[in-house]
Amino acid sequence: MIKVVNLCKSFNGKTVLDNISVTFEPGKTNLIIGRSGSGKTVLLKSIVGLHEIDSGEVWYENTLFNKLDFAGKKKIRSEMGMLFQGSALFDSLTVEQNVRFPLDMFTDNSSEEKIERVNFCLNRVDIKNSNNLFPSELSGGMKKRVAIARAISLNPKYLFCDEPNSGLDPITAILIDALIKELTVEYSMTTIVNTHDMNSVMEIGEKIVFISEGVKCWEGNKNDILNSDCNTLNDFVFANSLAKKLRATK
Amino acid sequence: MIKFLTQFGRYFLLLKKVFSKPEKPSIYYKQTVRELIFLGVNSIGIIAIISFFMGAVITLQTAYNTENPIYPKYLIGLGCRDSMILEFSSTIAALILAGKVGSSIASEIGTMRVTEQIDALEIMGVNSASFLILPKMIATLLFNPFLTIIAIIVGIFGGWIAGTFSGVLTSENFIYGIQYEFIPYYIVYSLIKTVFFAFIITSVSSFQGYFVEGGSLEVGRASTKAVVYSSVLILLFNVILTQLLLS
Repeated sequence: MIKVVNLCKSFNGKTVLDNISVTFEPGKTNLIIGRSGSGKTVLLKSIVGLHEIDSGEVWYENTLFNKLDFAGKKKIRSEMGMLFQGSALFDSLTVEQNVRFPLDMFTDNSSEEKIERVNFCLNRVDIKNSNNLFPSELSGGMKKRVAIARAISLNPKYLFCDEPNSGLDPITAILIDALIKELTVEYSMTTIVNTHDMNSVMEIGEKIVFISEGVKCWEGNKNDILNSDCNTLNDFVFANSLAKKLRATK
Repeated sequence: MIKFLTQFGRYFLLLKKVFSKPEKPSIYYKQTVRELIFLGVNSIGIIAIISFFMGAVITLQTAYNTENPIYPKYLIGLGCRDSMILEFSSTIAALILAGKVGSSIASEIGTMRVTEQIDALEIMGVNSASFLILPKMIATLLFNPFLTIIAIIVGIFGGWIAGTFSGVLTSENFIYGIQYEFIPYYIVYSLIKTVFFAFIITSVSSFQGYFVEGGSLEVGRASTKAVVYSSVLILLFNVILTQLLLS
């Protein structure tokens, strides 16, 4: 479980996150949704400690994460995996070396065991015969899959995904969403996904938090989201013409 | 002034992170070997070419400025030797390396920053500053003295070729000149300067790249700043070290 309490973050005096409190549940895909620039990525990066927060608390189970020193954070981070918006694969390493990197850094496994684990992770995300390719030789969807493989290589307890299907075609986006959901259940992870894609919301949103201009406006699940009283959320959910027609039909 | 002090403080905090205990020394060792090849071995060519022509030009210029028969011809060889050892092999070569190695370091680390690769390292619990910068620093501190020695040898060889082939002095005169009143401490002085300059190039360029914010435009700017700031600091420390080591 990850719990955020009264989290505030500002950049150069401009408030980006204002008093956010939310609990992310284990074994579920938790979604943070909102318009571009609403503060989703800042919230996610604050939760994982890439941004120092101004005030508030970030709890991982019973540990107050934001007050830990580097060594303390490192221990929790060994249980984290993260999929970045641009995949963030290491350019100078091959697919195999990218997935193997956390294993090399944090395990004392033999080379054979590491290769076995790398192949298992790559198979799990449906990447085959690409071990020796470099990130520049992969498509956007493949990069995301390799990044997921790297994120799960150490069997993480927490998975964070920042816009996992941005820049992908609808079919690949659905496949990536499905993969995230499957992995969440398979490894009983606490998964937090940042997205503004309504397809993702309806496919995998077991718990949804809606943020607008740095403020948490709504919290619920994918069944509640279409019947919300929150006007800002409705403007977001029913932004496109298809959704508007669906709403009119209902 | 406050901005300068802030940057100065961030630079030293970064160095503190860089010199913290490595997570896994075997990985750092592999990285260091990679950087030795990338930053060191790959710089031999440019250093050799520039040193050769610089040695040749120094010899010819010394020859044309000492045409008076009162000056013995071997002074041309001596001038070439001392110029190469005292100034060119360390300072001018460092300025060249600031351009080649410094911009490469700043753009590599800067690109990793803007494409979130550094964030990915941090999320894994890796000390990104140490992992990315320490191997580069060790590689340049170890290898740049070799580059200096190469620059001295190739530069003097270039001077000998230019001097003898153009006919401004005989081979015997040149060889006598490069042996005349040789002070071994000059080599030590040159190597000490090289080590300082290697540290400046790597740390300043890494600092510029590590704290890039934005996109490709900012990476380009960071790369330019890395070269400019490194060059200015090299020139400043050249004066300070010369005063300290030769006075």
